[in-house]
Order: sequence, then structure tokens, then C-alpha cells
Amino acid sequence: MSDEITFQIEQLNFYYGNTQALCDVNMTVLPREITALIGPSGCGKSTFLRCLNRMNDTITDTRISGSIVLNGQNIYAPNIDETELRRQVGLVFQRPNPFPQSIFDNVAFGPRVLGIATGNDLHELVVQSLRAAALWDEIKEDLKQPALSLSLGQQQRLCIARVLAVTPDVILMDEPCSALDPIATNQIEELIQELKEHYTIVIVTHNMQQAARVSDKTGFFWLGELIEFDETTTIFTRPSLQRTEDYVTGRFG
Amino acid sequence: MIRLSRHHTERIVFAVIGLASVATAVPIIIIVSSIFFSGAEAVSWQFLLEMPRDGMRSGGIWPAIIGTIYLVVGTGLISIPLGVASAIYLSEYAADSYWTRMIRLAIVNLAGIPSVVYGLFGLGLFVLFLDLGSSIVAACLTLSIMTIPVIISTAEEALRAVPQSFRVVSVGMGATRWQTIRRVVLPQALPGILTGVILGLNRAAGETAPILFTGAAFFLPKLPNSIFDQTMALPYHLFVISTQVPEMPITIQYGTATVLLAFVLIMNILAASVRSWQRRKREW
Ligand SMILES: Nc1ncnc2c1ncn2[C@@H]1O[C@H](COP(=O)(O)OP(=O)(O)O)[C@@H](O)[C@H]1O
Ligand SMILES: [Mg+2]
Repeated sequence: MSDEITFQIEQLNFYYGNTQALCDVNMTVLPREITALIGPSGCGKSTFLRCLNRMNDTITDTRISGSIVLNGQNIYAPNIDETELRRQVGLVFQRPNPFPQSIFDNVAFGPRVLGIATGNDLHELVVQSLRAAALWDEIKEDLKQPALSLSLGQQQRLCIARVLAVTPDVILMDEPCSALDPIATNQIEELIQELKEHYTIVIVTHNMQQAARVSDKTGFFWLGELIEFDETTTIFTRPSLQRTEDYVTGRFG
Repeated sequence: MIRLSRHHTERIVFAVIGLASVATAVPIIIIVSSIFFSGAEAVSWQFLLEMPRDGMRSGGIWPAIIGTIYLVVGTGLISIPLGVASAIYLSEYAADSYWTRMIRLAIVNLAGIPSVVYGLFGLGLFVLFLDLGSSIVAACLTLSIMTIPVIISTAEEALRAVPQSFRVVSVGMGATRWQTIRRVVLPQALPGILTGVILGLNRAAGETAPILFTGAAFFLPKLPNSIFDQTMALPYHLFVISTQVPEMPITIQYGTATVLLAFVLIMNILAASVRSWQRRKREW
């Protein structure tokens, strides 16, 4: 039944000009699950993630085929409003990238632009989002302080709060911890576990322990193909392919 | 030949560079201070706010001041929207194609054209062909043609300086491209755009050649009534009273130069303070 599946991806191919970046990818993402994507650099993980909220549309000279169905709707169908899709499927980036504004203005940015809330409702939404991103307790005294005065880990949680403020269903994260120290990484991992209660999460990571710790399913990308996709425990204990085993045990990177 | 130690070479190079910068600064300081010094006694409220009398040999320069303000405001009204819109198009929408490269090349070259050429172009197009006559509107249009390239290139540079990641974040949250430009890109680029606008309008305020044939009057007994009237303007007035009127008291010439210089100086200070505000604001 389609309403028990968040993303149903079938025969997905993606091209930058004449270069094929994704090749016949099939994947099913279930609601309230964390799906980790692993694989060597340049194997198409980011490209795949950007297909899920059509951010690749903003890159010129690209081509896509196959289908991505979100909650029963093909997101590449002509009647789809891609701005509404992107609100629904939020994206967190590798490097924390808050706007050079106050904490409040950062989180309020999306709701203001999209007209989701104003006045007291907006304030409430900002507070809720900051709480949900586990940042509230650290900054509640001063929401007016500049976002760039926060530590990198706090900035990344602020960026997560900024995404939560537009009330998405799915959160895509592209190596969200790769710029962070181990303590900040740990905080983000805990946060991801909490977010799982309400959101479906797809996370790209280079960190095998992270994938093993946080995710329910793991997909292994290799040269643009999803060559293995299974329960995380299976991938890390008895993968069906030698290549997967070599990669997760660190025999090549 | 004597070989200098690195140390000595260093000293000599610094001395030469230092002298060069002094050599550029000194004439400017001498010119500005001598004009201000000699003009100060002529400048008074009467001088600023009264009509010229006696064939401009006494009275004030009010119509020239107000005329220059009209020209700057009019030029701003035309060139700011057009220039900023073009910059947004070039920076945010246009793909890097043959045509956009040609447009950029044209913009760079326009900035180097002598101002009298703009004047003649304005005479041909606005005054004669479009039959606007020698008028404020024709002068503003001519000055705009001269100002727009400056605004486009500085504004485009300011827009491009806004990190790409800000745009990606905004679009990634469901904002449209235009919402992203209006809510993220333009606010971040605003100081840079303002600097370009002020520099462009500053040039418009100080130039004589573009308005000579298109809207500047030698002398008018009253202020212009509409944008289709001619107007007096500070730079042209200064030219007129310095070269075209016999027995002109030198204090009036100095006074007029002082006012024009002050006008331009104030605009420059404005641009400089906007730039430092921008530097403080830009933390990325
Ligand atoms: N904007 C782009 N234009 C052209 N090629 C790209 C672009 N982005 C990525 N690629 C190419 O697509 C392939 C997959 O890249 P990417 O999805 O970033 O991999 P990963 O995130 O797994 O490191 C790489 O070969 C990369 O060079
Ligand atoms: Mg990547």
C-alpha cells in the first residue's frame, strides 16, 4: 500500500550532461525510519539526495528518468509544485550555513517567506523548532544574537531548526556532521534519533559507525548504482556482496 | 655596480611607493583646500538660496543647485530601477551565453566612453529624434545612459558576492527564485548596490558635457516648471560664470566651485560609509 511508503524510487537514472551519475536506482523509504546512504566519494549519494526534493532542477543541463513517488504522488509529474515539495522534503547541508542574521531571523526565514505564520504564531513556531532541534536550552536567553556567533555544532542544529520551521515530513541530510568535532557530532546523532519520532530521515554519511548507530536501513552506492540496500544490521554484519563488506569494514575507502 | 642588500631594496621600494602616494594626494589637497578657502567667504545662506542677479554677477546660485538636485533625482529614478534590474538579470537569471558575454563587454566599454559622446548621443536621440527638446527629461535620460553601466557592473558584482549557499538554502526550503532574490540576495547585496548607485549618481551630478546639449540652460530667470523645461545646473553654471561672463567676481566662481565640490564630497563620504557598513555587516 502506497500510503505506508514514504518514497518509492524506481529505475532512477540521472545525467549531468552526458555523464551518468545515477544508474537504475531502486529504493523504498519507509515512514519514521532513518535511511543511511554510504559509499565512496563521487558515487552519486548527494545527487540522489537532491533528486528527492528536486534540487537538481536548479542545475542546468541535467536529465532524469524513472520515477520517485512520495506518499503516492510522482514528484516529477507535471502538476507537482516543486516549491511545495521542497517545503515538505527539507535539506540539511554538509557545512552549517546560517544566514548572517539573528538566530530568530534564521529560523523565522522560511515561515516568513512561505507565509506559514506571523506574530505570536511565528514566535511560537520558532521556539518549537529550536526545541525540536535541541538548541533551545543553549540559546533561549538571547534569540537576537547573531547566528554566526554560535559554535559550528550549534550552527548545524540551527540549520536543522530552520528546516523544521517550515514543517516538513522528510528531512534529507547530506553529511551533516562532516564539519563537526566528535562532541557536536554526537549531539547531532542524538538529535537525529529524536527527530525520527516525527520525521522520515535520509542521511548521507562517510562515517560507518554513524550509519551503524543511527540508521534502520543502509544503502551502499557504488559508481552511481545502489548495489546493496538492506536492514542496517544486515549490511554491517552479513552483507551479501563482498564489495559492501570491504567498504563497511574499511578495507577500502 | 653596488649590490643592495634585501634590506636596503625594501627601504627604497617603500620610499618610492610612499612618495608616489604623497605626489597623488598633494595636488588634490591643494586644489580642494584652495577652493574651499577662497570659496568659503562667498558661501552664505543668501548665496545658496537666492536667484542670480546682475547677469549672474551677484545674488545666489539657487536655480543651479535645485537644477542639479532635479537632474540627480531624475537620473536616479530612471537608472536605479533599470540598472539594478539588469544586474539581477545578469547575475541571477541569465545563463553564461554568447549574448550575456556581449552585454557585459558592452557595459564595460560604455563605462569608458567620454562624456561628451553621451551628450551628443542624447542630443541626437532624446532632444531631436524623440523630440523632447532641450529639457530636464532629456538630460536625465542622457545622464542615465552614462550612469546605468556603472550601476549594473557594481550591482552585479555585489550580487555575485552573496554566497551561493544562501540561495540554495532558500530554494531548498520551498522559496521561489524571486522570493530568494528579494528576501536573501538583495538584502545581502544592498550595501554594494548602494555604493554603485551613489558613485554613478555622483558622476551624473558633476558632469557638464552630457547635459550641455540636452537640458542645461545658460541662465534662467525662474525655476523650471516641468520636466520639459530646461534647467540650470551647478557644473554648467560654473563653466558659464568662469568663461562666458565678463567681469565676473572671482568670489562667486569660487563659491560655486565650493558648493559643487561639497555636493560631490558629501556623496563620496556617503558611499564610503556605506562601504564600511557593508564590511562590518559581511561576516561570511
Ligand atoms: N553539478 C554537477 N555538475 C556535473 N557533475 C556533477 C555535479 N555534481 C556532481 N557531479 C558528478 O556526479 C558524480 C556524483 O557526485 P555526487 O553526487 O556529489 O557524489 P557523492 O555525494 O557520493 O560524493 C560525480 O562524478 C560528480 O563529479
Ligand atoms: Mg556528496
